[in-house]
Amino acid sequence: MENFAHLLDRLILTPSRNGKIRLMAEYFARTPDPDRGYALAAITRDLDVTSVKPAMLRGLMSEHMDEVLFKLSYDYVGDLAETIALVWDSEQRTSGSGRAEKASLRKPATNLSLSRIVETLNTLGKTEAMGQVSDWLDQLDASGRYALLKLMTGGMRIGVSARLAKQTLTEFGKRHIDIDVIEIEELWHGLEIPYEDLFAWLEGKAEKPSHRTAAPFRPVMLANGFSDGDIRKLNPDHYAAEWKWDGIRVQVTSEGDTRRIYSRTGDDISRSFPDLVDAMNFAGSLDGELLVGRPNENGEIEIGSFSDLQQRLNRKTVSKKLMTSHPVVVRTYDLLADETSNLRNQSFEMRRDRLEGFAKKLDPTRFDVSPLVPFQTWDSLAGLRENLPHPVIEGVMIKQWNSIYVPGRPKGPWFKWKKDPMIIDAVLMYAQRGHGRRSSYYSDYTFGVWTEDGSLVPVGKAYFGFTDEELKQIDKFVRNNTIDRFGPVRSVKAQRDFGLVLEIAFEGIQRSKRHKSGVAMRFPRISRLRWDKPPHEADSLTSIESLLTP
Amino acid sequence: MRPDQLLHPTPKGLYCPVGDFYIDPVQPVDRALITHGHADHARTGHHSVWATAQTLDIMAIRYGEKFCIDRNMAELRETFVINGVTIGFWPAGHVLGSAQILVEYEGLRIVASGDYKRRRDPSCQSFEPIPCDVFITEATFALPVFRHPKDTGEIKKLLASIDQFPESAHLVGVYALGKAQRLIALIRETEYNKTIFIHGALKKLCDYYETQGVDLGLLSSATLAKGEKGDFAGSIVMGPPSAFTDKWARRFPDPIICFASGWMQVRQRAKQRGVELPLILSDHCDWDELLDTILEVQPEEVWVTHGRDDALVRWCELNQIKARPLHLVGYEDENE
Repeated sequence: MENFAHLLDRLILTPSRNGKIRLMAEYFARTPDPDRGYALAAITRDLDVTSVKPAMLRGLMSEHMDEVLFKLSYDYVGDLAETIALVWDSEQRTSGSGRAEKASLRKPATNLSLSRIVETLNTLGKTEAMGQVSDWLDQLDASGRYALLKLMTGGMRIGVSARLAKQTLTEFGKRHIDIDVIEIEELWHGLEIPYEDLFAWLEGKAEKPSHRTAAPFRPVMLANGFSDGDIRKLNPDHYAAEWKWDGIRVQVTSEGDTRRIYSRTGDDISRSFPDLVDAMNFAGSLDGELLVGRPNENGEIEIGSFSDLQQRLNRKTVSKKLMTSHPVVVRTYDLLADETSNLRNQSFEMRRDRLEGFAKKLDPTRFDVSPLVPFQTWDSLAGLRENLPHPVIEGVMIKQWNSIYVPGRPKGPWFKWKKDPMIIDAVLMYAQRGHGRRSSYYSDYTFGVWTEDGSLVPVGKAYFGFTDEELKQIDKFVRNNTIDRFGPVRSVKAQRDFGLVLEIAFEGIQRSKRHKSGVAMRFPRISRLRWDKPPHEADSLTSIESLLTP
Repeated sequence: MRPDQLLHPTPKGLYCPVGDFYIDPVQPVDRALITHGHADHARTGHHSVWATAQTLDIMAIRYGEKFCIDRNMAELRETFVINGVTIGFWPAGHVLGSAQILVEYEGLRIVASGDYKRRRDPSCQSFEPIPCDVFITEATFALPVFRHPKDTGEIKKLLASIDQFPESAHLVGVYALGKAQRLIALIRETEYNKTIFIHGALKKLCDYYETQGVDLGLLSSATLAKGEKGDFAGSIVMGPPSAFTDKWARRFPDPIICFASGWMQVRQRAKQRGVELPLILSDHCDWDELLDTILEVQPEEVWVTHGRDDALVRWCELNQIKARPLHLVGYEDENE
């Protein structure tokens, strides 16, 4: 447990992606089965243990220690699990009973392993688990207690995605075998905690585990970016074009009794979309875009906006009301399997043909086929790209007719040709210090635009899009023109005739109640530094509002 | 005489009307008794100062030789008299030269402990409990959340990270007086004997500790000549935390920011400051050590100075120990 707790402590505070990978890979190398497997499941949030409610923990504390002292502590720390981890005291010196004894009765440290904790918890009900907790808290140190409580309250929050964990496994495996992250994504849903067969394979001690699950994930094929220059070299006759819809790419698979919706990276997101799962009465595997939409009077699906879709994202449970007001649909791109026959080795042309036939059997209120966009020359396609017919289209996809479906991002067969980003000029208002390598640089920038009363209102934050050299220049500007400081944040001089204008590129802008300006940008980044431009020539809130996505 | 007639808080600091002197005054006064050399306790501009030899040296290093008109060296564990009041200095275990001050008059004994800690510190003398009627304690970490882990474990954490990230420089934020030297001394108790790089702000005090017999091993300045490229990969670099957000820090490869402080016990505190590797190491008592000290000294009454007095006073109440907060102003919340 000590090593796992220490790993969590480091992960929480390590901002660098490579740093996190290194910390986890070392942990997997040093830790025996089954501990490392349970740790992996905890990190990927696949571990399901008997959970306890915060109210139960508060109850435990009121028995254990003086309430005033607990309240002072909790007020100071602000996080329940962390407070308990820190104040827990096996001698109960602060119990308020006047039993102030000298600290000498510490229990000997036992070897309480992560696997023992998980395996024990799985045999206990909630009430029994609470009884056990207090015993374990006595045996663990503060870090261990924190890890235990986070495990039992189900809120790890360590800044590691399931994707990053899989990449770590790949790095770990590369020490012994030749492996790609795609193989782990493909296997993932057939594996069982604590993943002993997976680790054995990664360490070169056993064969690759075989698929054991119905409706497995099929690693997704991705497209390369596309620029005007490349375009002339290709023969337009060899390529199909379709719209690039701005939802979330999904793979919906239904085999036997198993129905699964996978994200692009192989996370099972079925639970968030029970309305869609209900409609998956087919046998096969489809690639498509998840969007919010409903049929119009002609029976065609009308797609909602991206902010409609956002209502449905990142929810563990979803209400009936929301499913009625924001139903999700899949606009299909590709057919990967029909019944049990694998189609991925066939050409896109063949698969597309099969898809159109397959789609006829699908629930028409939930599924349709993304239409092909006919074009003769690249110029005519460029023209279409200038006038996209729907706000939820973010460009065009170009696919070679004879391309087979291969995982990853192969060079050549598929391209995405996005519409040009929106651009505004904004004024730098605040700068915040970065982390790690950037900790001595002011590298996170909040920028604003002019309101009608002549003041600046922040409209967004960006921390990339500039070169190292430009970073140095901005940092220098920030340090020389600081007017106020709030911890790691500096307020920068920004007046009508003096300040730094940043050209900001972004993918769209929406109304937002959470922001003072009333708008929120998608994916803002700095596209140019406008040292030449006086701040009063930057954009106004009114001009930005005219860009709002309908 | 009531204890608060002998010693009571004033805006300038803790004052003894009988002896007409202050302890750790925050403004210039005629007579000042100084517990230790940290800047919020030892200020410049007093007329007469009484302190241990090491505290006087440290004040001279920080403020120059003319930090006061009249310097009086107090021998540890010996007493002397000011205006009929008996005074004595005993080790406090906080930093080099730090002392508790005993004030005794007509049989009434008050100990102003200043800042103190109880665990072993290879860079200064340990705290010695003195019997007294009133014990004045600090309360910097007086909340049950502050339970500092073993020093050896924290040092191990640092050294393990250096092994794990050999291409990085580990930048350790430390307070220039006390924390820096103690951390170095603790590292030297392990196998680690490589050069430790220090920021210019630490140099004078590290040199002074060496003259006082504290062996800090190989230290080198982390400064570079213009255009020179240093090789700091895999090394430990110490400096005041503010230096790491300064351009000075750009010379270090893939820096990992560490911070040695009692505050590092709370994860959110570490996160807010951008600390990647917190080292929980304090010059002050943690909660358990504060309680242990009160129980060991067994005073009639406890007075609580700066810090989190409410929790400590509450604990005293629960344990039928008479206690009250002094609400002294002007002392920093261990701004380490």
